[in-house]
Amino acid sequence: MNLPTINKKRITELLKQDKRLDGRTPFQYRDIKIETNVSNKAEGSARVTIGKTEVIAGVKMATQTPYTDHDDEGTMTTSMELSPICGERYELGPPKINAIEIARVVDRGLRESGFIDWKKLCITPKEKVWSINIDIYCINDDGSALDASALAALVALKTARFPEYDKETDTINYGEFTDTPLPLTKNQALSMTFYKIGDSLILDPNREEEDASEARLTLAIAKPEKDRIISAMQKGGQTPMTADELIKIIEQSEKNYDEKFPEIEKKIKDLMK
Amino acid sequence: MTEEKQEEANELDQEKTENSIEENSKETQSNEITEDKSDNSNAEPQENKETESLSEPTNNESTHSESSIPKERKLVIPGEIIVSAEDNLPGDFTRNQDGNIVATRYGLAETYNRVVRVIPISGVFEPRRGNTIVGRVEDINFSGWSINIGGPYNAFLPLVECPRFINRNNIEDFATVGDVLAMKILGVKRGSVDLTLKSRGLGKLEGGRLIKINPHKVPRVIGKEGSMINLIKENTGTEIMVGQNGFIWLTGELAGEIKAEAAIDLISQESTSSGLTEKVEEFLKNYKDGEK
Repeated sequence: MNLPTINKKRITELLKQDKRLDGRTPFQYRDIKIETNVSNKAEGSARVTIGKTEVIAGVKMATQTPYTDHDDEGTMTTSMELSPICGERYELGPPKINAIEIARVVDRGLRESGFIDWKKLCITPKEKVWSINIDIYCINDDGSALDASALAALVALKTARFPEYDKETDTINYGEFTDTPLPLTKNQALSMTFYKIGDSLILDPNREEEDASEARLTLAIAKPEKDRIISAMQKGGQTPMTADELIKIIEQSEKNYDEKFPEIEKKIKDLMK
Repeated sequence: MTEEKQEEANELDQEKTENSIEENSKETQSNEITEDKSDNSNAEPQENKETESLSEPTNNESTHSESSIPKERKLVIPGEIIVSAEDNLPGDFTRNQDGNIVATRYGLAETYNRVVRVIPISGVFEPRRGNTIVGRVEDINFSGWSINIGGPYNAFLPLVECPRFINRNNIEDFATVGDVLAMKILGVKRGSVDLTLKSRGLGKLEGGRLIKINPHKVPRVIGKEGSMINLIKENTGTEIMVGQNGFIWLTGELAGEIKAEAAIDLISQESTSSGLTEKVEEFLKNYKDGEK
């Protein structure tokens, strides 16, 4: 069922006083839990829960011939599915526009930040390269599936190990893992999505807040050295955003990165041990 | 025009003072039984009994033993053998299979006068005549409103079932898409539900917000003769309207609203446990702001 008008009105009015229906402040996250190696078949996998939202991401490796314009670089594809298991609003079938968008935004965040060293994924130039397939499944959708997906994909990539590969016969021995991790760089891009409800901005909306929002902006922020770098951006929703709002979002994202992301990175680090 | 507005305001005031719908629904339900017997002899009294019996164990323990309420209820899943069919008869949501009474729904099994029945605790809303429900307007056409009542059926509220005059050309002035209304089910035909606004305490709900629970847990949220809902209302200072379809409208101060929602959550989670009133009482007493 779509959101009743009274619920939207209530959410908007409360946000004017910087209040939310679950007692959080506008830029406060729900509890984030990260779990790794949830699948024993995938080369890397992770489960991320933000409040009641739950997302599983898996990384699968394969080989392919490289694209002619990048003949010594590996490839990556990201796919996302929102099936009826995660909410009554979703239907079975090929991924629809919102699932495709999430996959593309996650893909862009990882790609444009330079998180993966593509050249090192090359087996034989112009002939054979590794391809990374990231599959994201939403188990429960209570808002912020986008941020959860981006985080799950990132953690899954970090835990991934190459499968055994026979160069002569060009066969992958799935199920047998080597100890070699993927060639990743320091540019870990973590996504955060700002939602605009009325004239207010919030982070990590729940289902109702996400339904009430008119526009959103996703930022993928990496911090390889001292400086924070915005490596990807995506605007969604019908309503435009003003220049002032954009400045406010960027300022808040910096603040938020410093507050929240050391915590997430520590969690990831602890899991990697 | 101004007169009309005044009228509307009065109506709304009345609504607030009338201390909400669920007591109403109790009243109207019991009135309706006699009427119902004529054409739909099984459905309505059973529904009523279900509501009563479900809420009864939360009440006084002493009434328990002497009343006709069965001593134990067993949680069963579809296909589970409840009891042998030799001494018992299959009732609601059960069937006789190879000499055994087998549940066809997930719920609580009980025996009453040798009749075994299952009170379902999950599943969709099954509309019955006389139910007071809360719904959201999904669509408008020339003769009325199409309403989402949270079930597999479409519900329709015709223009003529509105108690005051509405200009046929401007139906959306009274209620438009996204608005929430409290209504009563006038009748259930195959695949369609007819609604009415012509009863006490019904109408458009302004302010507050709508939350959803499983419709089978509504009797526990209301409690016997509204005891549970009144407890929540008194302790949180909120106004609550519970529809039989599991849509709950609540309004009040933010803190009270969060508290009331948490209490309703607790009830729907622990709907199968006994002594629920005490649990909720304790929960409301120990509840601290900001706690989820």
